Amino acid sequence: MSKIEIRDLTKSYDGKINILEGIDLDVNEGEFYVLVGPSGCGKSTLLRIIAGLEQITAGTLKIDGQVANQMLPKDRNLSMVFQNYALYPHMTVKDNILFGLDVRKVPKDEQLRRLDEAAEMLGLSQYLKRKPRELSGGQRQRVALARSVCSQSPICLMDEPLSNLDAKLRGQMRNEIRRLQKQLGLTVIYVTHDQVEAMTMGDRIMVLHGGKIQQTGTPLELYNCPANTFVAGFIGSPQMNLCQAKLTEQGLVLENDLVIPLTLEERRNLPQGTRWQIGVRAEQIEPASPAQEGTCLVYAASTEMMGNETQVLFRVGDVLFTARWAGQYMIDPGQRLHIRLSADDFHFFDLDKGSLVRPALHIKGQAALTA
Amino acid sequence: MSRKLSTGVTYGVLMIAAAVMCFPVLFSLALSFSDLNDILKGDYIPSSLNFANYINAFQTQPLLHYMLNSAIVGVLSTALQILFALLAAYAIVFIEFRAKKIIFLVMMATMMIPGEVLVITNFQTMRSWDFLNTYQGLILPGLASTFGIFLFRQNMMQIPLELKEASTVAGVSEFGFFWKIVAPMVMNTVVTLAIYFFLVSWNSYMWPLLSTTEDTVRTVQIGLRQLKNTEAVSDYGMMAAGAMVTSLPTLLLIFFGQKRLQEGMTKGAIK
Amino acid sequence: MTYEKMPDLSLAQTGEKGRKKPLPVWVIYLLPSLLIFALFTIYPFLKTVVTSFFATSTTGEMTKFVGLQNYIDLFTNANYLQSLGTTFLYTLLTVPLTVILSLLLAVLSAQDRPGMGVFRTIFSSTMGISVAAGSVFWNLLFHPTAGLLNQVVQWMGGKPIGWLTDTHYAIFAISAVSIWMNLGFSYLVLMGGLKNIDDSHYESVEIVGGGFFYRLRKVTIPLISPSLFFVFTTSLINAFQSFGLIDMLTSGGPNNTTNLMVYKLYQDAFVNFRFGSASAQGIILFLLILLISQLQTKLTERLVTYQ
Repeated sequence: MSKIEIRDLTKSYDGKINILEGIDLDVNEGEFYVLVGPSGCGKSTLLRIIAGLEQITAGTLKIDGQVANQMLPKDRNLSMVFQNYALYPHMTVKDNILFGLDVRKVPKDEQLRRLDEAAEMLGLSQYLKRKPRELSGGQRQRVALARSVCSQSPICLMDEPLSNLDAKLRGQMRNEIRRLQKQLGLTVIYVTHDQVEAMTMGDRIMVLHGGKIQQTGTPLELYNCPANTFVAGFIGSPQMNLCQAKLTEQGLVLENDLVIPLTLEERRNLPQGTRWQIGVRAEQIEPASPAQEGTCLVYAASTEMMGNETQVLFRVGDVLFTARWAGQYMIDPGQRLHIRLSADDFHFFDLDKGSLVRPALHIKGQAALTA
Repeated sequence: MSRKLSTGVTYGVLMIAAAVMCFPVLFSLALSFSDLNDILKGDYIPSSLNFANYINAFQTQPLLHYMLNSAIVGVLSTALQILFALLAAYAIVFIEFRAKKIIFLVMMATMMIPGEVLVITNFQTMRSWDFLNTYQGLILPGLASTFGIFLFRQNMMQIPLELKEASTVAGVSEFGFFWKIVAPMVMNTVVTLAIYFFLVSWNSYMWPLLSTTEDTVRTVQIGLRQLKNTEAVSDYGMMAAGAMVTSLPTLLLIFFGQKRLQEGMTKGAIK
Repeated sequence: MTYEKMPDLSLAQTGEKGRKKPLPVWVIYLLPSLLIFALFTIYPFLKTVVTSFFATSTTGEMTKFVGLQNYIDLFTNANYLQSLGTTFLYTLLTVPLTVILSLLLAVLSAQDRPGMGVFRTIFSSTMGISVAAGSVFWNLLFHPTAGLLNQVVQWMGGKPIGWLTDTHYAIFAISAVSIWMNLGFSYLVLMGGLKNIDDSHYESVEIVGGGFFYRLRKVTIPLISPSLFFVFTTSLINAFQSFGLIDMLTSGGPNNTTNLMVYKLYQDAFVNFRFGSASAQGIILFLLILLISQLQTKLTERLVTYQ
């Protein structure tokens, strides 16, 4: 039985435009579940529906197997961490952490025991007497987490909790939240617009776009087998290179510009049809020497030197492609580059619908998984 | 279920409160359309719209003249208060000079002095200048608004100093920067204050009472006072009609400017 | 670089010294406000302070220095002491109720639900009604024979009440009008404060299941405390300054039971022409208001939280 179960949920404010449509969701006990998507995709609304802060227009929500559509937020036995932390400026850290326990009639000594435990866990013990304004961003974030921990609710909902922190702190807090979740066995539903957060934190991920589910799955399922061009473009950094492709005698022609020669084997592996959208990840585009067979010639547009790797940008028709090569390449804009691309590494999508028709056959680095 | 209940209670309380709040005005509105004989019989709901009281009020009293006076005084004092406050706030925010802090502090300190303490001397000053019963006598004492200067200052401090540096580099004059750049940028506050100043001027009572003794420049509030204290004592319908008419401009201002005022007041309250 | 530029700078300075010094720019900008302040605020204030130590003629000239005599006379004058007492009673009757009622109405109508706009307009509308017009409205309600209040009283079997002429009722009647008049302003300020509170603060309460009063006590009131303090002190100061209401409705009567401080000041200055005493009353009013403001500043610093 799932901890949280949603069937065919619809949400609309005005009865005309659906903010969410046809949403199905199953979150297992102890799972770290991430809702990800661009702003305005409905992910926060979905989270707030689970919290009971928004009403359901149609469909069912079950928590612990019980229908919870009409259940009040307080009866859902969950805690929530807000984007702005929702700390009360007039209360000390201690009172902020313990906020709400008096409503739930937790005895005083039990409150203090939980406070000690949570403060210890999050390294807040010496700040308990301070006011939120005397704390740094990261510390405030920890206070919000501590409030959640203290409530001892089995479900914790988090709404973009890290978006107000700087990049370095964000990385640190990612680990901390994961550690906390494992340690306490919490069921977490986590909303973010940052695909890196989704990939690194989630046990499973739901990608939302325009109020509809695009794909659900583990991080690697999404990365290796994106269900459509939206997920393909959304998950992974740098973005997957996406363009139109046409099958001809010479091979696969991208954007009527670049011809990718096909081996017999590769030709046999192609899906049905002659025209698709294809996607290829930056690391699958390899440098080659002019002497090698089956290479293509492109002209570098610019490079981004990272130190450990080099990202090379080049144009295919009107589309800017990125290739990612380990090591340091000194390349001038306009320089001729020989590259090797294999159709086996391409994801093929339906030209009109954008849905996946054949995933890439090789995923770079996938071997390491089993090694 | 408890959600529905609390919603019901909320609306119930609000409706009762709204009825109580509206009642004095609605009662007067009803009276203003009623016949005097009906009123004396305790029959308040007019059977038909009867404008006799309004016509009566305008014909037997210089009500229109009072309203015109109030409008002139209101517009002039609002415009000048805004202009003076803009200029003063600009100097305090954008010009460096040594006495700045002390001048600002003194200005703010004058907020503590209640106007009622000043009227005695101001009355004497106006009398000695022969300004009693003149528009300038009505307007002058209230032209420097600490509240206005304060609000403009808060607003102008949000404007980055780089803007001034950039226009100095571009060769824009000090006044050019003030008039073409700063003034438009604080337009929101100008509108808020215009509503507020006009409201205060239209409704002001004590100073117009003291500084006008003749009908020529008398404002509408003092006109109402006259109306009440003299012949209209027994003509309730006309009293009501007069009060309704004089409230109309400011009520309209509140209906349309309520949100603006609310925002402005909040800025003033939370320094 | 700066080192090299130094000579240029001194050159420019000597160049300017040759010319006649123009009025500094800031003076031009501040002049209108400063003039008005000096003539109509600072000068009259100082003059009032000085006058309060003098005996005066009926035209207001200071005739003889009397030291604190004006003040001593006031504090031994039963009439003035009664006026002070009445003012305190009036303040006590109006200020807390105005603040509590406007807070309640603001809290109930702050959420964005259908129809709330209408309520907000109604509740803030008394801000647009002048003290003269408001007094006329209430005067008609209070009227001994034609007024609706007495019609209701009679209908319920009671005897007509002289709302504004009976010493037992007048101060309460005046207070009711005052609350009605001032509610609009308080409501508007508090509504502004409420609008500044982030929704997540309320949602946190909803998730733990706190009720209406829990939310009010633990979240709303602490978070709008700056606005609440502002409204409270402004109402307090306004109460001490009440004048129009009294002038329109009771003229201080019956039997001086509604003779508030400022109304007494007005009468002493402009009806009895006792300017020395009136000035002393003005200074006492000023000191009272100063005290309230200082208390507010101190309390605000201690209790109020700024985000």
